[in-house]
Amino acid sequence: MGRPSQHLQTHEWIGLPMLVAMAATLAFAAPIRLFSLPLPEPIFPMALAFAWAVIRPSVLGPFALLLLGLFLDMFWGTPFGLWGLSLLIVYFAALLTWQLIAGQGPQALWIVYAVMVFLGFGCAYILAAVGAGTPPNVLGSLLQYAATVALYPVAYWLTERFEDADVRFR
Amino acid sequence: MSFRDGPLRDIRAPRTWLAVAAAIVVLVIAIGLLIASRDEQAKGGTQAGKWGEARVKFDQVAQPVSGLLAAPFRWTSQGANFIGGYFFAASQNRQLRQRVIELERARDTAIALKNINGRYEQMLRLRTEPPIPMVTARAVADVRGPFANARLADAGALQGVKLGNPVMNDRGVVGRVVGVSRSVSRILLLSDIDSRTPVLVDRTNARAILTGDGGGIPRLEYVRGRDTVREGDLILTSGDGGLYPRGLPVGVAAKDARGGWRVRLYADRANIDFVRILVFDDFSQSVDPASLATGTAPVLSEDEKAAVAAANAASVQAQIDQQVKDQVQAQVQAYIQQQQQAQAQAQAQAQAQAAGQALIQAPGASPAPQTAAPPGATVSPPRPATAVPGRPAVLPGVPVARPRAPTARPRPRPAAAPGQPPTVTVVRPPVQFGDPDAAFLAGAGGN
Repeated sequence: MGRPSQHLQTHEWIGLPMLVAMAATLAFAAPIRLFSLPLPEPIFPMALAFAWAVIRPSVLGPFALLLLGLFLDMFWGTPFGLWGLSLLIVYFAALLTWQLIAGQGPQALWIVYAVMVFLGFGCAYILAAVGAGTPPNVLGSLLQYAATVALYPVAYWLTERFEDADVRFR
Repeated sequence: MSFRDGPLRDIRAPRTWLAVAAAIVVLVIAIGLLIASRDEQAKGGTQAGKWGEARVKFDQVAQPVSGLLAAPFRWTSQGANFIGGYFFAASQNRQLRQRVIELERARDTAIALKNINGRYEQMLRLRTEPPIPMVTARAVADVRGPFANARLADAGALQGVKLGNPVMNDRGVVGRVVGVSRSVSRILLLSDIDSRTPVLVDRTNARAILTGDGGGIPRLEYVRGRDTVREGDLILTSGDGGLYPRGLPVGVAAKDARGGWRVRLYADRANIDFVRILVFDDFSQSVDPASLATGTAPVLSEDEKAAVAAANAASVQAQIDQQVKDQVQAQVQAYIQQQQQAQAQAQAQAQAQAAGQALIQAPGASPAPQTAAPPGATVSPPRPATAVPGRPAVLPGVPVARPRAPTARPRPRPAAAPGQPPTVTVVRPPVQFGDPDAAFLAGAGGN
């Protein structure tokens, strides 16, 4: 009894994207302004949280997201666990609705992705407001949310790239 | 036969449940981390505990990596600036000329004010703050989101940077250092959601707290009094709490859509890649926190007691000397004024007597020529000299020498009560509102 010819390699769909998300976060934190505007600062791991849940359920996924969240907390100086929790909420929501969203078109998936990311941002917003005693700037939060929603093509590409790699999940 | 119908079709459900269980476990871990880090931060600040140490080590590693990854963006930015500079050279030239004119005015004002201020300081014997040494650093990473506003700078403990040091750029205050490793320091910006900065309104001296919210224009909270803030008022650091030196330029007051006050930061007007870290020891750094927690005064050695007694005696002696000096000056001035008044009176009397004698010696002399009266008009005879006891005689047509008013002299300062320090009035130089350069020069010129 042989295994399917295409088998998901953990380092391909979890390890490498994780490193790329870290590198992109570091690179987009460059203190420069292009035409007097700062670089956008999306939450790159949000795209991974959504895509990993859609590609296939995994035990490693949540732990990788926790690591990414800790990386964001370390680099941005936010309380430890803030971004880990927010990323896991996106992952958890996508995982619970996985049966429903599998096989949907790209536009529908984009809307679902925007809703999931909104949940993650809402969690981060509330936790930050409670921790600091003052609510974060709403406009700034919306801008960062919009930049993160704009990352959907990356999540979609990942989903397309790896969704059918393990034939057991067709 | 597809795999859906094969023997592996049942694998999906348990794997999904395993993934859900793993996600729940990790969620619990994340919540635990959040609570633990909050507690740790509340106890000892950002750099306290194991998590704080981990963050410092992470910064040490992230600095070169971030610099390397950000290099393409830097090059792109430099290229864009080069192209922009090429195409907009004429307009930039006009702006720069205007700016040079403004800066020259500000420089002249600053020189004059510095001179006056120096004289005031000498006259009042003010103990001015010593110049604050600075460390120039380059920002290698800039976190700008609504949940965190921080910056990593490539200067750390090796360059003398300490926790809590204020950070400025060429326009105004940027924030303060909240984490230091060997060669990297983490700067918490004024706009960060955790940032609270004591500030004052320069025009009214009203105190407030600048509260970051992750946006570019932080809020001005706890403003006391009515009409203490106006649009365009200059906001400076107040120095309260000892975190920042007093008088560093922060920004300009602006009203938001809800009617609350916010501050447009000067630091945002300039590029953010280079910063100056003021190596300024705040109060929390100059005392041992453990000694504050005990609630008892520190025990002094014999040498320290002798030094304190000598300093107290010297201070009391200096106050006595000052009082004696003030009294002697006041007496001398009063004596001089009396002499001047007496001299003026004597001169006036002498002149009046001289004029009277001249009239007596020439009785037929006609009075001073007058304009011809018209025919039929009555001409009044010349009035005799009138003399009021105690005053010089007044003759018509003769100018009267009035005693000179005593020269205006500064009144002697009231002597301070024994045991009380003399009152010191600090004269602040006027600062042109809305002019960051004047404010910068006025606020940090002495640094």
